[in-house]
Amino acid sequence: MNSNTNISPETMFTETDIGRRNRFVENIFKAFFFLMTCLMILPLLLIIGYLFYKALPVLSLDFLFTNPKDNMRAGGVWAPFLGTIYLVVVSLLVAAPIGVFAAVYLSEYARDNWFTRIVNLAVVNLAGVPSIVHALFGVGAFVLFARLGESILAASLTLAIMTLPVIIASTTEALKAVPMSFREACWNMGATRWQTIRRIVLPNSISGILTGVILQVSRAAGETAPIMFTGAVFFKPIVEGNPFAYNITEQCMALSLHLYTISTQVPDVIEGIPYGTAIVLVGSVLLVNAAAIVLRIYLRTRKKW
Amino acid sequence: METNNRSIETQNLSLWYGDFQALIDVSVNVPAGKITSLIGPSGCGKTTLLRCFNRVNERYGNVTTKGEIKILGKNIYDPDVSLLELRKTVGMVFQRPNPLPISVYDNILFGLRIHSPFGSLTRAKSDEIVEEALTSVFLWDDLKDKLKTRATSLQLEQQQKLCIARLLPLKPQIILMDEPCSALDAKGTLAVEELMSVLAGTYTFLIVTHNMAQARRVSSECIYMFLGELIEHRETQALFETPEHPKTADYVQMRYG
Repeated sequence: MNSNTNISPETMFTETDIGRRNRFVENIFKAFFFLMTCLMILPLLLIIGYLFYKALPVLSLDFLFTNPKDNMRAGGVWAPFLGTIYLVVVSLLVAAPIGVFAAVYLSEYARDNWFTRIVNLAVVNLAGVPSIVHALFGVGAFVLFARLGESILAASLTLAIMTLPVIIASTTEALKAVPMSFREACWNMGATRWQTIRRIVLPNSISGILTGVILQVSRAAGETAPIMFTGAVFFKPIVEGNPFAYNITEQCMALSLHLYTISTQVPDVIEGIPYGTAIVLVGSVLLVNAAAIVLRIYLRTRKKW
Repeated sequence: METNNRSIETQNLSLWYGDFQALIDVSVNVPAGKITSLIGPSGCGKTTLLRCFNRVNERYGNVTTKGEIKILGKNIYDPDVSLLELRKTVGMVFQRPNPLPISVYDNILFGLRIHSPFGSLTRAKSDEIVEEALTSVFLWDDLKDKLKTRATSLQLEQQQKLCIARLLPLKPQIILMDEPCSALDAKGTLAVEELMSVLAGTYTFLIVTHNMAQARRVSSECIYMFLGELIEHRETQALFETPEHPKTADYVQMRYG
């Protein structure tokens, strides 16, 4: 029997000093981690709140659908807004297929050999290249060498090169999340790799792949450096309200560059306009991200294992 | 017609993963239409040997094989062997039931569909095949109203039987089983064993198991492997009761490690 006979049934589960201390430390850490989590979302809320407050006087639908006026001191953001949409859409149309298919090759077909190791190394390093370096590469490769000139196409290709490695990485991640056992089941029934990919792997990873691609919208929309020398201009009014007002062989305005211009290069801009421009940029990016989340939730409800 | 009672034969089969030799000169002759069990401690090469027989090992990266493997008398390393046809004939069932994340119905037809020209399977034919396959594994009564259910939501025992059933439409000759019951409870284990006994005769079974009682219950021949080598291959009862090799004796009498 237990030698410690003075433990009575009444007190045997009562908290001891050590227990109290452990519980205290536990609460401290829980509160600390919670605080850090709050700190993370606080800047986002503050930034958006502040921008909204400052932009309120100019915000309206007209602001979105009119060109900048009076040497960009007044008016709206139609030309840069549409320009950003063009840049993002064209760059993703290029980067998404290449990135996704390359990732499928790397994670479903490729063996671990010197070639795939070099490709993986290149992907990791490409993701770490500063965007201004991408800009210079874009000038050299697309504007000058490929003779695309300064155009939406050249700028979009530059953005595509920049987003490519991240799309490859996120797609690889999504493919890895499909259990190996599904692939084994297919292979052992004589399925080719392609049959396995098309029938099982892709349907079960498409939500992750799409989310990864869509999240690159915010990166492509926000970058200024890669488009500055390759296709974005300070000022270029276009037909208001026509969504096809740009031609991809021409230059365009872009929200990020416009924001930079009117905040630093143009004197006497109406105070709300830079803030309004920022709200349009942040707002559309958040909207697209929210759409990605909704899409992911929808696709996830259809897969269970 | 000597090949009739032979299903799997290997001659001095060796296999390396990179530099590590996982199989050493394995020569084995598995009888057709019977259940043969493959026992031995973890990491001794049982699963590796099993995966040689439909050459699926080659999908797992850096593998080198040497020696000869004949399935139904045909050397499967001959250049005219199609891996896809080989894998139709030699099916595999895994440790963890792995039905595909599609419906029960589509699981059964998956193998057939990937091997048939598009549109060649009529609805009536498909229905018939599904019923036949599920009936063979005693699942038809349980699942006939759940054909549209996602197979991954079934009970484990049903999942594992389904994994056996989905091989049948491909008309396999040999079914390889890699510890098919280790994820199942006692009732599920018995059900799968019973199913194997019924299907033996029509199909040749080679089953890897860690459960020696199971090897004794289901198999007519038994192979003991140790560190990549085939130590002993005899009738199950003889192997367990009068093992010839001291290493086999150690293992079957639980003196191993």
